Amino acid sequence: MASHESTYRPTSNISKWLDARLPVQRMMHGQFVDFPTPRNINYLWTTGGLLTFFLAVQIVTGIVLAMHYMPSAADAFNSVEHIRRNVNYGWLIRNIHAVGASFFFLAVYIHIARGLYYGSYKAPREVLWILGVVIFLLMMATAFMGYSLPWGQMSFWAVTVITNLFSSIDSIIPGLGTRIVQWLWGGYAVSGTTLNRFYALHYLLPFVIVGVVGLHIWALHVVGQNNPTGLDIKSPSDTVPMAPYAVMKDVFALSVFVLLFAWFVFYLPDYLGHPDNYIEANPLSTPPHIVPEWYFLPYYAILRAIPDKLMGVIAMFSSILLLIFVPWLDTSRVRSTKYRPVYKWFFWLFVFTVVALGYLGSKPAEGVYVQWARVFTAYYFIHLLVVLPIVGVMETAKPLPRSIAESVLGSPAAAPKHR
Amino acid sequence: MTTPNRAKIGAASLLLASALAAGSAAWAAGGEPVHIDRQKWSFSGYLGKFDEAQLQRGFKVYVETCARCHGLKRIAFRNLVQPGGPSFPEAAVKSLAGTYKVDAEPNDQGKILKRPAILVDYLPSPYKNEQEARAALNGALPPDLSLIAKARGIESHAPFYLVPKNMLVDIATGYQEGGPDYIYAYLTGFKEPPAGTKVPDGMNYNRAFASPHMTAMPNPFAGGDGFVKYDDATPATVDNYARDVTAFLAWTADPRLEERKRLGLLVTIYLLITAVLLYLAKRRIWAKAH
Ligand code: HEC
Ligand code: HEM
Repeated sequence: MASHESTYRPTSNISKWLDARLPVQRMMHGQFVDFPTPRNINYLWTTGGLLTFFLAVQIVTGIVLAMHYMPSAADAFNSVEHIRRNVNYGWLIRNIHAVGASFFFLAVYIHIARGLYYGSYKAPREVLWILGVVIFLLMMATAFMGYSLPWGQMSFWAVTVITNLFSSIDSIIPGLGTRIVQWLWGGYAVSGTTLNRFYALHYLLPFVIVGVVGLHIWALHVVGQNNPTGLDIKSPSDTVPMAPYAVMKDVFALSVFVLLFAWFVFYLPDYLGHPDNYIEANPLSTPPHIVPEWYFLPYYAILRAIPDKLMGVIAMFSSILLLIFVPWLDTSRVRSTKYRPVYKWFFWLFVFTVVALGYLGSKPAEGVYVQWARVFTAYYFIHLLVVLPIVGVMETAKPLPRSIAESVLGSPAAAPKHR
Repeated sequence: MTTPNRAKIGAASLLLASALAAGSAAWAAGGEPVHIDRQKWSFSGYLGKFDEAQLQRGFKVYVETCARCHGLKRIAFRNLVQPGGPSFPEAAVKSLAGTYKVDAEPNDQGKILKRPAILVDYLPSPYKNEQEARAALNGALPPDLSLIAKARGIESHAPFYLVPKNMLVDIATGYQEGGPDYIYAYLTGFKEPPAGTKVPDGMNYNRAFASPHMTAMPNPFAGGDGFVKYDDATPATVDNYARDVTAFLAWTADPRLEERKRLGLLVTIYLLITAVLLYLAKRRIWAKAH
């Protein structure tokens, strides 16, 4: 499908010499210039490029921060203040990194929703999809540990609450959970030791993400991109070369997204954060409400919706891990939700559910908030485990266009070639 | 193309909404909600700048009223001279620094003596440590004020269906002044307690403070109008003391604010133009493909 000749022609002597020994330019040209992209892909297909961009931004700004940051309980908070106040453009680097994490997640959520809507997880893209879930998990781990680094009140208490979840294992094997928690902490409480190891891992994991992203893109270039019709590429008229078409579209979308990003970096740097994180960590004073960063709120709501601690932890982790099985849970033969009149409603209900869980996760775990969180948690799982398999079997899909080209250009007989 | 459009809008609004939900969750103090009014600040919005004269007055209020109890440990004397802040004349700050005593380097005998502060020294805090502060103040701890304007916020009590709208307005206007709004409300919130409320010894009723509205800080402006003398023509009123010292604390929490907003404007304009040009280029290229 994605197999195509590389039109790469080495011109200089050096590139001819290299081409005969390590044809890396030929490969890049084939994969990122000639690569055939479906001609009908919309702006949701620019999120992959956005994500790659933000990964690079996080790594570059992170390395600069690391030159000034000090990972110890005594110095961490002060060193971040030093970055904000005294380092040249330190405030900018720090804002980009902190807001960048949020926008990274914004992009990945759109990216995942896109995949769910257009059935991009279905054969032959299962491995591609699973690699995506792995990246998502690694991102969450990275961001969680990164959030501990400024060592403010929320940093400290979020680490305390989340690491403590593992102690729920005590209810199956007494003592094991406690041991795991102490092993994670490197002691009997969250301390500078914990901060230090989180810093080491926070520095490491992004490079692991780079590796998995490499596999993700490799898998993509083996099976080719999906598209809004969900149809396979059948003839060259279904595609346009990646450069300049898709590249140009990606660059334009990037400029718009970065504009929104810059607005937050310069004008709303603390909007997505929590005021308590400007108070230095204090193990003796618990904040009235401990809330995680916004991108964790839906899972936090699921965790707190379940009265039993261990079951809550299991529900929270399985809400993400279940995504791995979506390619087999969805029984529909049609990929794109565009042609699935019944499933369409359930899809938007699912989206609403995740947003609602996010809202409820930000509220105190009491009264109506918990009751609604239970309702939406139930639907979250019902959607994945019941709706996906059953609707796929029952529903009659709308007629599909014959080809991608026909969906864009109209049927060759009826519509003019150019619009 | 209707469906993909809906998909786009839907997915985008999903993310936006959950991003925004976080903002509203940002500050939630315990107990019953307190409504706090938003104030006008010269440093708000995307063209915001500090008012030098106001910061200078605010510093005076801080030194003459708050410094007795609160430190400002992240501010060095040199910061008071820097642009984008109160920008006092260097000579004035040098002589002011000279009136403070700080620890000198150990001398040949290893003794640490006192010396007058110089520009690079940080403002000395009134108490050596938490224990000393608590001992002096009936067990209460006055927080260091350097970051207080970032470490506080105001809670929105809008019903959930208004939340998205309020958030969009805040994002469009770049609202980040929850901290100053709170501090102003706190400093002016010392009122007679409602009938039947018992105020324990050493506590004070303050309507802005988290429920049950009892704070260990006595009203710093109990002296009333005129007890801090202003060097300019600004009326020396309690309201102005509160406003000016709050603006000053907004600066100590974010001394790079002006630089940030100035650069932000340039970057925004640059990106807007770039986006338009890229869009035109994209249209040109894709015209051949449809
Ligand atoms: C007599 C000592 C004293 C003086 C003078 C004083 N404060 Fe305080 N302040 C305190 C104490 C004690 C607290 C802790 C209050 C509490 O936690 O109940 C406090 C708390 C605060 C807080 C935090 C309130 C909160 O939400 O936790 C702010 C802001 C503040 N002071 C500002 C000021 C400013 C500005 C001035 C000068 C105009 C000032 N204070 C003068 C003793 C003082
Ligand atoms: C997947 C990419 C990454 C994500 C999602 C991420 C996320 C985060 C987050 C959420 C914070 C807390 C920000 C705050 O509230 O202040 C943070 C802080 C930090 N990160 Fe990262 N990060 C990433 C990559 C990196 C890399 C590659 C490095 C170093 C090489 C790094 C170094 C740091 C440092 C030093 C801090 C503390 C400074 C600060 O809090 O501003 N990060 N990161």
